[in-house]
Amino acid sequence: MTEVREPPEINKPETVHDLYHKGSSRRIALIAGLTILLIATAIFSAGIGTVSITPQDTILAIGHSCAVSIQNFLHTYLPSVAAWYDTIPVTIPAPSNPQAELIVVGFRLPRIFLAILTGISLAVAGAVMQGLLRNPLVSPFTLGLSSAASFGAALAIVIGPGVLVSYFLMSYDMWIVVFAFLFGWLSMLLVYWISRSRGTTQSTLILAGVVIGYLFTAGVMALKYITNNEKLRELMVWLMGGMWGASWSAVLLLIPLVIVCFFLLERKAWDLNALSAGDDVAKNLGINVERLRLSGLMISTFAASCCLAFTGIIGFIGLMGPHICRMIIGNDHRYLIPCAGLMGAAILLLSDTVARTIMSPVEIPVGIIMYAIGGVFFLFLIMRAKGRGLY
Amino acid sequence: MEIVIESVSKEYSGKRVLDAISFSLGKSEIVALVGPNGSGKSTLIKTIAGVHSQTSGSIGLDGTDIRQIDPIELAKCIGYVPQHFTYTLYSTVFETVLLGRRQHIKWSVSDEELSRVQHSLEALEMEHMAGNYMDQLSGGERQKVFIARALAQDPKLFLFDEPTSALDIRYQIEVMETMREITWERGAGMIIAVHDLNLAYRYADTVVVLHGGKMAGYGKPQEILTPECINRVYGVDSFVVENEQGKFLVPFRARASN
Repeated sequence: MTEVREPPEINKPETVHDLYHKGSSRRIALIAGLTILLIATAIFSAGIGTVSITPQDTILAIGHSCAVSIQNFLHTYLPSVAAWYDTIPVTIPAPSNPQAELIVVGFRLPRIFLAILTGISLAVAGAVMQGLLRNPLVSPFTLGLSSAASFGAALAIVIGPGVLVSYFLMSYDMWIVVFAFLFGWLSMLLVYWISRSRGTTQSTLILAGVVIGYLFTAGVMALKYITNNEKLRELMVWLMGGMWGASWSAVLLLIPLVIVCFFLLERKAWDLNALSAGDDVAKNLGINVERLRLSGLMISTFAASCCLAFTGIIGFIGLMGPHICRMIIGNDHRYLIPCAGLMGAAILLLSDTVARTIMSPVEIPVGIIMYAIGGVFFLFLIMRAKGRGLY
Repeated sequence: MEIVIESVSKEYSGKRVLDAISFSLGKSEIVALVGPNGSGKSTLIKTIAGVHSQTSGSIGLDGTDIRQIDPIELAKCIGYVPQHFTYTLYSTVFETVLLGRRQHIKWSVSDEELSRVQHSLEALEMEHMAGNYMDQLSGGERQKVFIARALAQDPKLFLFDEPTSALDIRYQIEVMETMREITWERGAGMIIAVHDLNLAYRYADTVVVLHGGKMAGYGKPQEILTPECINRVYGVDSFVVENEQGKFLVPFRARASN
């Protein structure tokens, strides 16, 4: 080439192979780092609170409790394996603090799990929705899904389980989850319908989402006004979001749902990558864009609604998790989806731990912290967009 | 490889934007679509690319209607570069080009796929930018990345909608020369919508003139793109200059509209 250009800094440019493998290692390192961070945060969080428990006792409490639960399970259902299990020479001693097991396993762990599951599902849903709608500002919160799902859950609580539950053999938790999902999906269908109509810009979509959010928030307030239901008495708490709804039954219901949704969405990673080149190019690459969009929105709505059913409105996690990760590792959804999930879980768990302990023994709703951090982050995104654009 | 487009029509909410378009192209043939804005060039290219389906008529690829072909298989045959391209800030050049291999990738990316990306970038002399982010590029460089993506797709038919609109005159010639070579080497066909009639003159084997969604001319560029035709279709007066480099069309005055 004869044209004048700045000379390249290195003589031999990196090949695509080098770049790809280097990028992959960095991404895997981030996933590993976030996983370790999350586990460490969980153990730390299980130890602190009104009653302080040492890390050793925390780990012993979890380990001992697991061992005892497995033993009980085996003795009840699989006596032959139980005999073998009892011969294992290693025993996990009970923690030195006699209260540790009850506090850690009974109260703190379900809450930690709920925060992790909610963080994962909201951040994964956010990452996928941003990819599907090619809009950097969408998330379960900004599209009104959080409010809609919370309204659904509140409605389920007010109506009460009724005959349908016994008819379908549903648990009370499941009944709430179904309602949360139905209303969450209703809000997403509205958003999807708006995004398809002509002349919809990125900002009108967000505006529509905010308005849908207000409508459902109004619904929650109305429910509060007409009912004396105890669970809704703390309405402000419900609107601000918190982890009080944590229980082992909720966590055990959510774990499989979140895992299945995660893998279903992760399978769409390459299609999401292709969608970043635009609908037309994605169609030319053999992708059924409409089907991808609807199924992706449905799965992410389901994951997010299920968790929101137990927490009330939690804002901004779906925006922060994906964006921070995108800045670090780029837009390859194969890695972005798991990273965003882990990041969201870490942020939410850390925030909930702060909310639980900062004014101890008084707890503040984690929603307040999320609104504060999230709001600042949202501003940061908008300011940053001035120079560079967002997505 | 043979593409046969047979009386393809397309209607948008009752309005007919393509009306009975028929032409065909074979191996290594370049067909230029010319015509004023709104004449249906983009619509025709999108229809062939499978972005939307035609209202009536058929598009055949080696004797099979493309609507009968599995979308993933079709993606291996037809590569499309739209006029307006979308990209994200956090994607690098090579990741964007790699999307052209989407239909060959299940999950992880093999070295062979990466080599194809490397070669496509080299063909357009962009390999030194492989690691750059898309928003660090100029408009013209970005356009070349999208052309590289179509190259990586390795299709039998290239569909380009104004592929050189953002390129300076040097890049325009370089890209067109490269594409000419590639269609010869790979025996691929190419349908390209252009505004620059001289590009059609120099590089196209056949030209299809569209006017208001109808075909207003079909044949060899030198025979079809006459000053008379330009005047009729575009409402522009022009003349042809001929020297040892070939024939050139010089538009110089818009005809007063009646």
